[in-house]
Amino acid sequence: MIKFLELLGGYFILLKKVLSKPEKPGVYYKQTVHEIVFLGLNSVGIITVISFFMGAVITLQTAYNTENPIYPTYLIGLGCRDSILLEFSSTITGLILAGKVGSSIASEIGTMRVTEQIDALEIMGVNSASYLILPKIIATLLFNPFLTLISISVGIVGGWLAGTSAGVVTSEDYIYGIQYAFIPYYVTYAIIKTLVFAFIITTVSAFHGYRVEGGSLEVGQASTKAVVHSSILILLFNVILTQLLLS
Amino acid sequence: MIRVTSLNKSFNGQPVLSDISVSFEAGKTNLIIGRSGSGKTVLLKSIVGLHDIDSGEIWYDEILFNKLDFNARKEIRKEMGMLFQGSALFDSLTVEQNVRFPLDMFTEKSLEEKTDRVNTCLQRVNILNSNKLLPSELSGGMKKRVAIARAISLNPKYLFCDEPNSGLDPITAILIDELIKEITEEYSMTTIVNTHDMNSVMMIGEKIIFLSDGKKCWEGSNKEVLDSDCTTLNDFVFANALAKQLRKSLK
Repeated sequence: MIKFLELLGGYFILLKKVLSKPEKPGVYYKQTVHEIVFLGLNSVGIITVISFFMGAVITLQTAYNTENPIYPTYLIGLGCRDSILLEFSSTITGLILAGKVGSSIASEIGTMRVTEQIDALEIMGVNSASYLILPKIIATLLFNPFLTLISISVGIVGGWLAGTSAGVVTSEDYIYGIQYAFIPYYVTYAIIKTLVFAFIITTVSAFHGYRVEGGSLEVGQASTKAVVHSSILILLFNVILTQLLLS
Repeated sequence: MIRVTSLNKSFNGQPVLSDISVSFEAGKTNLIIGRSGSGKTVLLKSIVGLHDIDSGEIWYDEILFNKLDFNARKEIRKEMGMLFQGSALFDSLTVEQNVRFPLDMFTEKSLEEKTDRVNTCLQRVNILNSNKLLPSELSGGMKKRVAIARAISLNPKYLFCDEPNSGLDPITAILIDELIKEITEEYSMTTIVNTHDMNSVMMIGEKIIFLSDGKKCWEGSNKEVLDSDCTTLNDFVFANALAKQLRKSLK
């Protein structure tokens, strides 16, 4: 319990350091642009591939589980759309990014710690926590909502392709289904979840990287902890946000 | 001038430095020597504020450094340059960007002015035509030189070097030592060098502090180090076969 409180306290102390006034906003802006490319744009590929197959599987599973003459087939499109919107695009994307981006952030910052690059920043009088972590937070908060929107779109296209190719739903029924009883707030809900998850992934991973002591073994351990803790927190906040935003 | 009085530092209750009092003079190359694990790096990192000390005082001229908060320390840190054991160059930045980094962060100079200063610093450490290379493309000696160039880019008043010639061949090590001494004199800096290399001690040690088991055992210059009565220092200085033979022949 004491260890947990120590960890939590350390996390909030680091956050305070991260969110302090930047030394030179121009330098931070350049860093943020770099992070948008590195953490955001470089994740488009994996998100696209995963979302496509996710949409395909959801459609096929919905179709096989609702194989009954009393259910209209457009429900397959509706089920696919709502599953992707409400859960898969934000949460699964969050979990994937916790693995990809989280481990990358933890190992990058951890390596900088063990090779004394963070000490070098501190010696120069640079707030190393803010310089290294704040641009990553801003970059993921700005770009991850786009990743979620890409994931939603690609997932729905994947579902349509799989559904029509397998012959479980017609193109007209699927398109009718994805438009039927559409609630625009679900998109807002997905974006809010994405923003919270982006903050969790970046700060938790950076925290584990920043407090590394030792060598390459410890950097690896920090990377693993970053992914595990981010994933658990994403699942926990998924429940909390669902209750808060949909109740 | 940097002055340390009654400095104590421990990790998890284990004392690492005990009652260290020493002053490092401006315009001189001050050396902290001792065996591995004697507390040299901890002392250096405590002086620059990377480690919080348990008790004691660290003075930078007339400023009590260890009582300052992060923002107040920033002002003094802008006058510090540090060369780390592993160079600590930023992996993702080129040589030019590494040296320009302090200028980008703390000056309002134009890009042209900054590039001029970068080139001056790189020329000073004899790094030519390598501006666009990444640290991973440099040899150990070149990395140290670039790190020195970065450390002096803001014309610091204080230069700290942690094992500057570890992992280097003897000739490159001598070149790095000479460079540190020249730069110290040129910029009238207060330079503190951590080393266990006796060659450095004899070449650049204008003032030497010898640490053993976290305590200051001896203080003097390179002219006095060979004639000391301190047994632990003599064991350290005459540790290798060549030095032992030399001592025998001197006797």
